[in-house]
Amino acid sequence: MKGPARLPAAARAIVDGDRRVLAQTISAVENGDPSADPIVRALYARSGRAPVVGLTGPLGVGKSSIVNALVGRLRSLGQTVGVIGVDPSSPFTGGSVLGDRIRLERRADDTGVFFRSMASRGAAGGVAETTRQVSRLLDAAGFDVILVETVGSGQVDVAIRDIASTSIVVVVPHLGDEVQTLKAGLFEIADIFCVNKVDLPGAELAKRDLAELVMLGGRASSWTPPIVGTSTVDAKGIDELWNAVVAHEKFLDVSGERTRGERARLSSEVVGLARDRIGRELMQRLEQDPSLRRLLEDVLARRIDPRTAADRLASTSQRARRR
Amino acid sequence: MAKARTSKSSPIRVLIAKPGLDGHDRGAKVVARALRDAGMEVIYAGLRQTPEEIVRAALEEDVDIIGLSILSGAHMALFPRILALLKEHKAGTIPVFAGGIIPDEDARRLRKAGIRAIFGPGTSLEEIVTTARSLARPTA
Repeated sequence: MKGPARLPAAARAIVDGDRRVLAQTISAVENGDPSADPIVRALYARSGRAPVVGLTGPLGVGKSSIVNALVGRLRSLGQTVGVIGVDPSSPFTGGSVLGDRIRLERRADDTGVFFRSMASRGAAGGVAETTRQVSRLLDAAGFDVILVETVGSGQVDVAIRDIASTSIVVVVPHLGDEVQTLKAGLFEIADIFCVNKVDLPGAELAKRDLAELVMLGGRASSWTPPIVGTSTVDAKGIDELWNAVVAHEKFLDVSGERTRGERARLSSEVVGLARDRIGRELMQRLEQDPSLRRLLEDVLARRIDPRTAADRLASTSQRARRR
Repeated sequence: MAKARTSKSSPIRVLIAKPGLDGHDRGAKVVARALRDAGMEVIYAGLRQTPEEIVRAALEEDVDIIGLSILSGAHMALFPRILALLKEHKAGTIPVFAGGIIPDEDARRLRKAGIRAIFGPGTSLEEIVTTARSLARPTA
């Protein structure tokens, strides 16, 4: 663990509660700006304290409203909250309208909440990595709980499993086949199911359908996901939802799942980062070394096959490293 | 920390907000959509925002530029307050533009106070996008 005196100035400022520096560092992380690197490295040792609660589910089920209600609940319990709201980027223009903030109701002078909107910016793997880094920054900044709201469809929602300690999958009555598709994707990642808009007809049926799916099992963990009904128009079920999160966090500690999960996640993170780096090195070598460029020409002319070329590229890079 | 966002490849982040009490947000939404289609990341803060909430959102979201939409007539009270709060938080360099029903005389005074561009009814979306971009990235 690094002593406080050895933190870079920006990291020190973040720990001391400077929200402007926090916001600017998040931008640097999002932009892949190298200036964020020393800060992210230095603050890692201070992360890993706050529960990271992920909310995901199909579009329009009310994830933002639930986040707002949870923020209210946590503030009334005296806990501080960092929120990340991820919305999709257009695959054509790269632009995005980030609207998760609209649902947020809070006093402008309440420093116990920090809300950051993030665009998914194309690469799905990239979003997951950025979200992970940003949630660590919020953790190191001292927020008691981190809430992450994801796009509502696609790969990121399963990737939330790699970031969140507790994942809430939100559905609404009458999703019909949507609930069926949960079987394959979102179903496995849910630690808690939230049936939102329980004031609508069909809520009981939706809860029963989910209960049946849960009973069918097929989950790796001994945790049985509870099914919580909520309605954000009258703040119904929000206490129960938060209690379910607390219960799951406790289960993680008691069962030893937290350490097991963390170990698996961190090993895939470390290997992933190393793989990216080696990949970049190989790409650089390929561009700079004329003999390796000829290798590509040979593949193009079908004189050698891609696997043989890859073997040669890998062996030259091993030689280069030994030198 | 120095402002990190210098690369042209990182999207422009813009906050679109409606200060005050009028509920007419179609214009703000159309502008948000046009900026999005121009490749920007638009944080849409929604209706009935106080100056404090708007400035706070701008700081947390670390935006490059702020767009305000107002139809209530309270611009002379609300805009200077927003500019003052930005300065107070050492964020006076974030450009602010505005759109809505703003009489010419008021517009002149607001420009003098530091609102960088003011768009009245009939302004083309193209003009708004071009102006927003050049305000956010003066060198690009």
